[in-house]
Amino acid sequence: MSTPRTLDPPSGARAAPRSRPGRTRRHPHPRNRLTWRRAVRRDWRLYSLVIAPLLFFALFRYLPMIGNIIAVRRYEPGGSLFGDEWVGLHYFQMFWSDPTFWQVFTNTLILGGLTLLFTFPVPIILALLLNEVRTTSVKRFVQSVSYLPHFLSIVVVAAIITQMLDSNGVVNQALHAVGHAPILFLQQPGWFRQIYVSSEVWQTAGWGTILYLAALTTIDGQLYEQARIDGANRWQQTWHVTLPGIRPTMVTLLILNIGTFMAVGFEKILLLENPLTYPTADVISTYLYRVGVVSGSFSYAAAIGLFDSLIGLTLVISANYLSRRLVGASLW
Amino acid sequence: MVTISELRPGRKAPAPPARVRIKPSRGYRVFQVVNAVILIGVVVATLYPFVNILAQSFSSESAIRQGSVNLIPHGFNLTTYKTVMKDSTFWTNYRNTVEYTVVATFISMVLTTCYAYVLSKHHLKGRSVLIGIAVFTMFFNGGLIPNYVLVSQLGLRNTLWAIVLPNAINVFNLLVMKAFFESLPGELEEAAAVDGLTTYGILWRIVLPLSKAVIATMILFYAVSFWNSWFSAFLYMDRSDLFPVTVYLRNLIAGATGAGGMNEGTSSDTSLQVAASIQAVTVVLTVIPILSIYPFIQKYFVSGVMLGAVKG
Repeated sequence: MSTPRTLDPPSGARAAPRSRPGRTRRHPHPRNRLTWRRAVRRDWRLYSLVIAPLLFFALFRYLPMIGNIIAVRRYEPGGSLFGDEWVGLHYFQMFWSDPTFWQVFTNTLILGGLTLLFTFPVPIILALLLNEVRTTSVKRFVQSVSYLPHFLSIVVVAAIITQMLDSNGVVNQALHAVGHAPILFLQQPGWFRQIYVSSEVWQTAGWGTILYLAALTTIDGQLYEQARIDGANRWQQTWHVTLPGIRPTMVTLLILNIGTFMAVGFEKILLLENPLTYPTADVISTYLYRVGVVSGSFSYAAAIGLFDSLIGLTLVISANYLSRRLVGASLW
Repeated sequence: MVTISELRPGRKAPAPPARVRIKPSRGYRVFQVVNAVILIGVVVATLYPFVNILAQSFSSESAIRQGSVNLIPHGFNLTTYKTVMKDSTFWTNYRNTVEYTVVATFISMVLTTCYAYVLSKHHLKGRSVLIGIAVFTMFFNGGLIPNYVLVSQLGLRNTLWAIVLPNAINVFNLLVMKAFFESLPGELEEAAAVDGLTTYGILWRIVLPLSKAVIATMILFYAVSFWNSWFSAFLYMDRSDLFPVTVYLRNLIAGATGAGGMNEGTSSDTSLQVAASIQAVTVVLTVIPILSIYPFIQKYFVSGVMLGAVKG
């Protein structure tokens, strides 16, 4: 029936004027209506393919967004998905005056900030170093090895961390060798941030280089030549040619990182923290997991979660806006 | 940000010869040495924990307890492997992982391919809305609690679907596939349409056979992420015979560190030590499938990431 529809993409536009005169009198916006109808008739098979994915997005992505309504409507387990009773900003006021919330909020900012501070520049430095390796096989080997942690389950990473930091683990063996008493790293709040951030670097440094290395190969070799003719040494070439060359990539990844700032490694923290380390380890997401899922205060946790998501969204939008204004590169 | 042709390694060729002509300065040679040392350090730092875990998995309990296991197994034995492999829960959970991974990957692939193919059709009315629907979810999501409430209310708890459905489409993977479909020459599909193939026929007989590389990549992306996932199962499964192996491992860690928090404050010293070697073995057995295919899949992952970056 509608066989050649891929043949004439603009046919919708072409068809519209033809059928317009007859329809104009009856509909206030005839062109739109007809184009849609025409589009559906022409592409109904394509549209049929999006039904299942759209159901997925509607059910598991957008419905939960609406489900946040339970932040202002009390939800009882087994009750309505959208809450049973209007309580206004009760739960927001509740967490606003909850000292634990402010503690986990601060922890989130600190951990997120430290993570960004270390995991953002390390891949850039590593990519620049790799870029200086002239032996392809060596370069490829280092790359392959450094990507490896990316493929591990976060549970495996957590298991490795607990093993290494165990009182008999390799770290304490090294401490013992220099005559230091063993440290129970995972039981002490003072160590959690260091452990979290360094393992985060371990996991992400290698994988993070991929996009930078790709961007580095796109830098025009002539630029280096010209820089050398102008008397630039290697360091100056890196500073004035290489770094500007990968700047769009840096900005894009920075925006993405800032966007996930508030979502700091929820799963890893959940796996590594324990009541002893809550003072430094507990973040918003783990706190609302405990409050909501473990203790059953769903509405209260949803209020915290909504607040958290909104901060995240605001961060992405403002980072994007700033980068467009300041460096002219943006995600959208 | 970068185009596909620019990503091809061949592009890089012109640069090095220009550099070789310059006689390396003393400073540069020093730099090369320092660079080599740093990169060796990176390799060692990355591999060290693996070797350590591997050594622990082959070591005796007492050797681990004395803190004498570093890179080489002490008191070499396979007892722990035998113990873990005899544990029927471990095998049940391992089989669950395989099952969840296969089913979830299949469903994800079907949904992602369909949606990505439609998104790649520039003439389609409403295309930008469809893209917007997907991309918006990258930056804003309902959050843990509403998702949890939803899945529970749908009655998906303790079923495979609690793991499969809420994570069925990964938007990043979707954009990678879309970018790939867009790069296919449109003439082929037009010719197929002239020959009387419907959209379904074109997708099945023309587009998919041409997209084997990206499909393989996407299958790997999904399979690895489902293989590694634990939180959905941890959240929605109550029965240990339904756990994937990652949750099995998680429970070992929780037993060892008290991370379980509320109910497990009393792990005695012996149970902690048993957990140490069993944990090592479980880690090894969990990562073996990934590690054994890693050398072959790695380059697909890299190309997938770069294809995704094309669209940024």
